[in-house]
Amino acid sequence: MTSTNHAPNPATAAADAPVLSVTDLHVRIPTSEGDVHAVRGISYHLRRGEALGIVGESGSGKSVSALAVLGLLPRTARVSGSIQVAGYEVVGRKDAELTRIRGARVAMVFQDPLTSLNPVHPIGTQITEAIHAHRDVSRAAARERAVELLRTVGIPQPEQRIDAYPHELSGGMRQRVVLAIAMANDPDVIIADEPTTALDVTVQAQVLDALQAARRATGAALVLITHDLGIAAGHVDRVAVMYAGRIVETGSVDEVFSSPQMPYTLGLLGSQPRMDAAPHSRLVPIPGAPPSPDHQLSGCAFAPRCPLAKPVCRTSTPQLTAVSDTHAAACHFADQLAGIRPEELFASNTAPSANPLPEAVERTRSRGEPVLVAEGLVKHFPVRSKGLIRRRSGEIHAVCDVSLTLHAHQTLALVGESGCGKSTTARMLLNLIPPTRGRVSYRGQTLTGLSSSRMRPLRRSMQIVFQDPFASLDPRMTVFDAVAEPLRVHGQFRNGGAERVRELFRLVGLDPAHGNRYPHEFSGGQRQRVGIARALALEPEVLVLDEPVSALDVSVQAGVINLLEELQERLGLSYLFVSHDLAVVRHLADQVAVMYLGRIVETAPVERLFTAAAHPYTQALISAVPIPDPRRERARQRIVLRGDVPSPMHPPSGCRFRTRCPVFARLTEAEQARCATEVPTLADHGNDHAVACHYAVPRSPLGDAFPPHRTP
Amino acid sequence: MLAYTVRRLLGTIPLLLAASILTFLLIDLSGDPLADLRVQQPPVPEEVIKAEEARLYLDRSLPERYVLWLTGIGGNGDIGLLRGKFGPSVQGADYDIGHALAERLGTTLRLVSAALLLALGLAILSGVISALRQYSMVDYTLTLIGFLALAMPTFWLGALIKEAGVWVNQQTGYTIFYTVGATSADTRGFTTAQLLADHLGHLVLPTLTLMLTGYAAWSRYQRTSMLEVLNSDYVRLARAKGLPNRVVLRRHALRTALIPLTTVVAVTVAGTVDGVILIETVFQWRGLGDFFVEAIKRNDSYALMGWLMLSGTAVIIANLIADLLYGVLDPRIRYE
Amino acid sequence: MSDLHPPASTPAPSASAASPDPVDRSAEHGQLRMVATRFLRHRMAMASLTVLVLTVLFAFLGPLLWPWDHTVHREILPNQPPSWAHPFGTTNAGHDVLGQLMRGTQQTLKVALTVSVLATAFGALWGAVAGYYRGWIDAVMMRIVDVLMVVPLLVAVAAISGNVRGGTTWWAVALIIALFSWTTIARVVRGVVLSLREQEFVEAARAAGASDARIVLHHLLPNAAGPTIVAATLLIATSILLEASMSFLGFGIQAPDISLGLMIDNARTAAFTRPWLFYPPGLFIVMICLTINFIGDGLRDALDPRQTITRR
Repeated sequence: MTSTNHAPNPATAAADAPVLSVTDLHVRIPTSEGDVHAVRGISYHLRRGEALGIVGESGSGKSVSALAVLGLLPRTARVSGSIQVAGYEVVGRKDAELTRIRGARVAMVFQDPLTSLNPVHPIGTQITEAIHAHRDVSRAAARERAVELLRTVGIPQPEQRIDAYPHELSGGMRQRVVLAIAMANDPDVIIADEPTTALDVTVQAQVLDALQAARRATGAALVLITHDLGIAAGHVDRVAVMYAGRIVETGSVDEVFSSPQMPYTLGLLGSQPRMDAAPHSRLVPIPGAPPSPDHQLSGCAFAPRCPLAKPVCRTSTPQLTAVSDTHAAACHFADQLAGIRPEELFASNTAPSANPLPEAVERTRSRGEPVLVAEGLVKHFPVRSKGLIRRRSGEIHAVCDVSLTLHAHQTLALVGESGCGKSTTARMLLNLIPPTRGRVSYRGQTLTGLSSSRMRPLRRSMQIVFQDPFASLDPRMTVFDAVAEPLRVHGQFRNGGAERVRELFRLVGLDPAHGNRYPHEFSGGQRQRVGIARALALEPEVLVLDEPVSALDVSVQAGVINLLEELQERLGLSYLFVSHDLAVVRHLADQVAVMYLGRIVETAPVERLFTAAAHPYTQALISAVPIPDPRRERARQRIVLRGDVPSPMHPPSGCRFRTRCPVFARLTEAEQARCATEVPTLADHGNDHAVACHYAVPRSPLGDAFPPHRTP
Repeated sequence: MLAYTVRRLLGTIPLLLAASILTFLLIDLSGDPLADLRVQQPPVPEEVIKAEEARLYLDRSLPERYVLWLTGIGGNGDIGLLRGKFGPSVQGADYDIGHALAERLGTTLRLVSAALLLALGLAILSGVISALRQYSMVDYTLTLIGFLALAMPTFWLGALIKEAGVWVNQQTGYTIFYTVGATSADTRGFTTAQLLADHLGHLVLPTLTLMLTGYAAWSRYQRTSMLEVLNSDYVRLARAKGLPNRVVLRRHALRTALIPLTTVVAVTVAGTVDGVILIETVFQWRGLGDFFVEAIKRNDSYALMGWLMLSGTAVIIANLIADLLYGVLDPRIRYE
Repeated sequence: MSDLHPPASTPAPSASAASPDPVDRSAEHGQLRMVATRFLRHRMAMASLTVLVLTVLFAFLGPLLWPWDHTVHREILPNQPPSWAHPFGTTNAGHDVLGQLMRGTQQTLKVALTVSVLATAFGALWGAVAGYYRGWIDAVMMRIVDVLMVVPLLVAVAAISGNVRGGTTWWAVALIIALFSWTTIARVVRGVVLSLREQEFVEAARAAGASDARIVLHHLLPNAAGPTIVAATLLIATSILLEASMSFLGFGIQAPDISLGLMIDNARTAAFTRPWLFYPPGLFIVMICLTINFIGDGLRDALDPRQTITRR
């Protein structure tokens, strides 16, 4: 390999010298609102081949600090401190000088694979230009190298795919291409900024595998930035927890996860829903919300949310202090945290309501009568060509023969990856979109085909909470009016409606005095509470929750999950909980239905699903969800699915999962033929467990070796 | 792509037909081609007027006239768009509208093509510079020029430029800028080179005027589009690869930022037609703009219809080209 | 001109109209306040607004204070350069140019504002209906817009008004311009409504049982107001230029009335000999259009920093 770059040769440096060394890094970004002090003095050092995880919630400065390493911040950003890449100082360099190390010494993988690649160039050119930028090689050689890189990251038929345009590839494939670009020049460090956040969980597993393959192939050190503690647990050696622009705790992944020495870390672990937790165990939310980045901070930034905070915390900023050789934390009272559990520390906040329920109470949920029943729902969306005559050029088979029963006082979770038809099903259940075929009934009354005026009285009984707390509230309506709207529509506002709205605010933990504010004045978690209050205004019996917490940060999400559980118990609600997040499902659901490409493939009580899933897809899905426990993560056997979800315009014949099915691959030809021709129906396995697979074998996807997790 | 082009071309036919019906109706409502003749002093004999009405087919009903104008069936052979005849003119039986249109089209195309190409080039250049040097003096200056050109009535801008040309000529005592007409009045005895120089010399000032009007709208748009692309993830990734800045700009930023401009340029073609009319009036060119103004003043219905069909076709074709160009520039768009 | 000022023009959600609302609503204009703050911070837009307000005062109050109107007066010495008695000089026929400027600006502004109001009202309704109902209704309505847009604006306007000779008044001119310029507004509003109707808050209203009318009035229109106001503002500038062009070609407002465009046309050959006739009306047009474009820019930034609208 010929190298034409002039960055210092790492071979001359001491063998154990850090390849990336960040010292007292500060980043200030001027905005019209004043300076945003995004990174407030962080230091870390990365040795050759090491993997460091940087964990934090949105706005903690983790991405900004990564961009600073490559000098990719906006020109107006003010950077101070020192960043050395293999001994080469980055801070203060001109842009042109930095091109030498970008891609060659440090490479970067960004969060969103859909926007990371230039739409107008084939992926091959985008890889080869990275090679040509640092190496004087022929076009043929660069192309050959690109094919080899694509093969390394697991792209099938790389010789053909190399000429594809980005839009012809799925999100997971595109992220692999970005990974291939990062590997192109055998960098010393790869920085991956939330590389799988935008991807589905089975695809996430594939891409994380590819990331590991890339590390093996290049020997690069890794900085993995993530908000997901589970991913950090499984893929890095050391972890640094960031909060409000500072590293508040750092150490080996085992030490930080098993004995956190900073209340924030402890809180994060306690608020993270875990798939291996006991069902319906309460999460431990951290009160409040992270400070906004333009906020002037004095003392410990976490103090306003910390139960341990003393006056000293508000005046003096705690420095990172060594706890052991490999573990340091920035807390004045780190010594008080030994052996403490999150629910003990944040005890006063676990149940903010008037009558707190003792946690870990086994709820006696008697299954009530059927409330909402769907039979044989089918939904096809026409695909039309553009132009004057909008011909029907195809159909998306979004939902295919779905039957569901939601019982009173129960939570039925509808689980699946993006595009599986779960949200469409939820909307058909509420009669928000008409089914192509099939029938929905509420307490015996058929909803399908009802006019909107005849549907109106029934709407009181069934309401919906949406995923995006930013899009689901009208930006030009006060939150009071938003919550009052259902009452007004149903003519119930005149009689004490205003008092009812205030009561609803209190019910969801909001201050009624804030009713005259607009949605943008609230944080994501608060907006979601407004959305819940609006859904509850008419005292419904059924609540459809469409990914209600997936847009929220972990520490905030826990509070909303707890609220939902509490409301269910107090108001006797039935939930249809639509989610892609199995860990959250484990916390909330009684019964789970798993969807794949428009069909329900398995349905089971929550406990049974996580211990004896029988459909290969369910097994793969559960196995792909990371668990925030380093020892368990490393010990787990993973089923990594191959390939992508087929297009719903042309779903596979027979069993729709067969193209990716690990079981299918091991079957005989005759058995495979059955999968390809015969659609598997939901076959009863007893105890409310039904599976749509010809060759279903129950197994515990979490591994039998571990008893259910109890918080440390 | 070819099939798509053909289908799009076929799709323009109903659009043009609808536009022709609309304009035919409007023109008919807006005036009587023989209004001047009828009020002429001394009065014109009744039979002359009757003869004119017959020659211009005004003795028929409006729908009849439209069908006649379109197909020429039942006419005297001088009408029927589908046969390539634009109809009789009020200027007399000898005046061939089609011939006049073709003659003036050449003149106008000289002006338009030069101005649009220059405007496009300048708009892209200044848009890129503005985006790269956002909030700098250069950016503010270019923005101000754009805003000024956008706020100026085209004809006043033209008049200003014309007067400036006259002033320069007066100061120097030479004819540096030609300010009247598309060519010199008398070009007999000119060599080819002289003729070319004469044409180019007359082009300078009107082209400058038309260019500025196009430049104003497009440069603003190119700046916005460029800024958006510069903040995109893929430009960031391109820089993270270690590509030199100029390569990132050319290959990644500019290439993609040009895509939305195609649509905008197509939309502004209609505006260009407006500009041509005004500029030809100011500089006294005998092109299509002048033809239009004359036709209105004379109430020359068929001439006006012919002109409108021509400009309508131009607008539609510009949009079609933009669509196809969009497909070429953006691989995500596939026309099958 | 209050309709250019954002706090007055963006309709507040009027959900409270249905019943008395006991909540303190003094602070309810949070969204508007935010928009107003952002607009006020836009220095260029604020300066423009000031200039524009002064221009409006000049055009509408000026004639009440200034002794000369826009008509010929025998007492006026013709063809005089600017002086204390006639700060902008006089014309050949014996007009006071300042008086003409006041009246001309007034007529021009009346035309432009009328166009903007008429075209916005009609275009917004057209676009909202097309965008909300989609399907074949949308297809038919937008094809009509396409057909109208095939004919260049000035051409269409000139073709119609060319024959209404001798009697073209300011409102006739405004009506004709409005007849052809609502299409841009319709396109903008349709685009906004198309994307708004897919938003979750609209779905939430539908899930609550809200009727189509309620969704359009309480959710879609208030949220579409921002881009519509911006487009309407820019349409004012377009109409001013269009009116001027019409007058220049001889198809606009006719003497003895006056407009800025007509003044330029009258002074076409006077740039050298009598510059006081040629430059002021043109500069007035530039000034008005420039300020309106800056205000439009400021409004756009204030209402939605990502909104882009193409201008003709």
